[in-house]
Amino acid sequence: MIEVKNLTKHYGHTVAVKDVSFTVNQGEVLGFLGPNGAGKTTTMKIITCFMPATFGTVSVAGFDVAENSLEVRKRIGYLPENTPLYTDIMVEDYLKFISEIRKIPKFQVADRIKSIIDTCGLRSVLKKDIGELSKGFKQRVGLAQAMIHDPDILVLDEPTSGLDPKQIIEIRQLIKNLAKKKTIILSTHILPEVSATCDRVIIINDGVLAASGTTEELQEKAEGDSIVYTTITADSKKVEDSLKSLDFVRSFNLVSKLTSTKNRYKITVKKDQQDVEELIFKIAVDKGWVLSELYSESLSLEDIFIKLTTTGQ
Amino acid sequence: MSVIFAILKREFKSYFVSPVPYVLITIFLIVSNWLFFNTYFMAKEASMRVYIGQMPWIFLFFIPAVTMRVWSEEKKLGTMELLVTLPVKDFELVIGKFLACFFFLAVCLALTLTVPFTIAYTGAPDWGPIIGGYLGVLFMGTALIALGLFISSLTENQIVAFILSLLVAFVFLIIGENLVLYAIPDFFVPIFEYLGFGSHFMSITRGVIDSRDLVYYASFILFFLFLNVKSVESRKW
Repeated sequence: MIEVKNLTKHYGHTVAVKDVSFTVNQGEVLGFLGPNGAGKTTTMKIITCFMPATFGTVSVAGFDVAENSLEVRKRIGYLPENTPLYTDIMVEDYLKFISEIRKIPKFQVADRIKSIIDTCGLRSVLKKDIGELSKGFKQRVGLAQAMIHDPDILVLDEPTSGLDPKQIIEIRQLIKNLAKKKTIILSTHILPEVSATCDRVIIINDGVLAASGTTEELQEKAEGDSIVYTTITADSKKVEDSLKSLDFVRSFNLVSKLTSTKNRYKITVKKDQQDVEELIFKIAVDKGWVLSELYSESLSLEDIFIKLTTTGQ
Repeated sequence: MSVIFAILKREFKSYFVSPVPYVLITIFLIVSNWLFFNTYFMAKEASMRVYIGQMPWIFLFFIPAVTMRVWSEEKKLGTMELLVTLPVKDFELVIGKFLACFFFLAVCLALTLTVPFTIAYTGAPDWGPIIGGYLGVLFMGTALIALGLFISSLTENQIVAFILSLLVAFVFLIIGENLVLYAIPDFFVPIFEYLGFGSHFMSITRGVIDSRDLVYYASFILFFLFLNVKSVESRKW
């Protein structure tokens, strides 16, 4: 649906995006992740035909953004960063204005507006000026204008920034509902958002593609050694001796002393070792230790993100 | 076409939702009427010559105040980004906004029609120069709108747009005046005289509609609309 090839964008001498390539398939929700100033917004502005790329090509639904910009713009609904909207116009009139520009046939406009205000929960503010609305409602108006023509593709630049937690959940739910029918690119620097809404993630850092894949794939990619936490009631010396000698254990640390004999340990295990928990459990049974905690930690998206964007790999 | 109309409609409506345009119209009417009627009853001349003659100087302030916000506000609010990513051609945006300002000007001029009616009530005016005068004012106002809109598209600061438009409009107003023409080398005299508003404005207000003047205004307007389209496109440079 969206194909980005070797995209490069220069602003004067600064390079905002460097040789980025990726594709978004139909019906997919792609999370665009990166620290502020990484090039997310720039990439989105190029996809939505706001400005051209310096090098590289972008095609949307088979149309090139440089050559067939109008066709591309017809098919995209775009919510720019910070949701810029006119302030001096009523929500209803604004949606009508967008419908007219989008050339929605006259007899459909009323129906479209009706269904979009239901989807976005705008009924109560329909007759209000946009300037009077709260941030959350403005965001919904922004989403409504992006979806009024029922586009196949939605490009949402930080759709939840500046919202309170309740609003964030509502907007995420809205995006999730839309995801069933539409192809969505969504940028954010809030990580849980990605795990909550996206099928696939692209991490971009300093204008360069740092990683891409599903959340699971990224975890696998970023994972080095896995970590097991366990709490065992037994003489700490004995525990250390028997666990440290195992060939898959890379390091063994005492995290906290809970009572004189009950201790919490952190064990770093080599990457490809299978069934670590079972092995530790069996040892504990053999030795007669009391095991009150045993879990292995998988890397969260936060860890992956920090790992990928700080080591610059 | 329907797109241009949609933009025109929104833009035109937006003039009447804030108090600023009402204030503008009021000031425009009060000032122009005062300057005129101040001397009218003493001069005892049933013509609009004085009224029309003062218009360029009132427009110098009035038109930039009308056009200053049109693009600069879009830029400041960031709505420009939404606007140009809608399936709209850049020239449609420019024409839509231009027409909205034009109609706003037309409304303002319609509100000054009280003046010729007052004249007709107090005397027997010659209608030819009055109609010519209105046409001249309309042409010049429209030309200044094209200029003001282009300048508004260069900045996101309304005040800068206002002052810059006023300055450039002032230059076009004075370069055809005799004082300037005496001061410059002979070679430039016909060029300056042609480029300045003065000669074209005067000949239309005398009731003479000359195709040269029409060509002048048309090319002036088209030139600045073209620059305006280019400046909207400049995001792509």
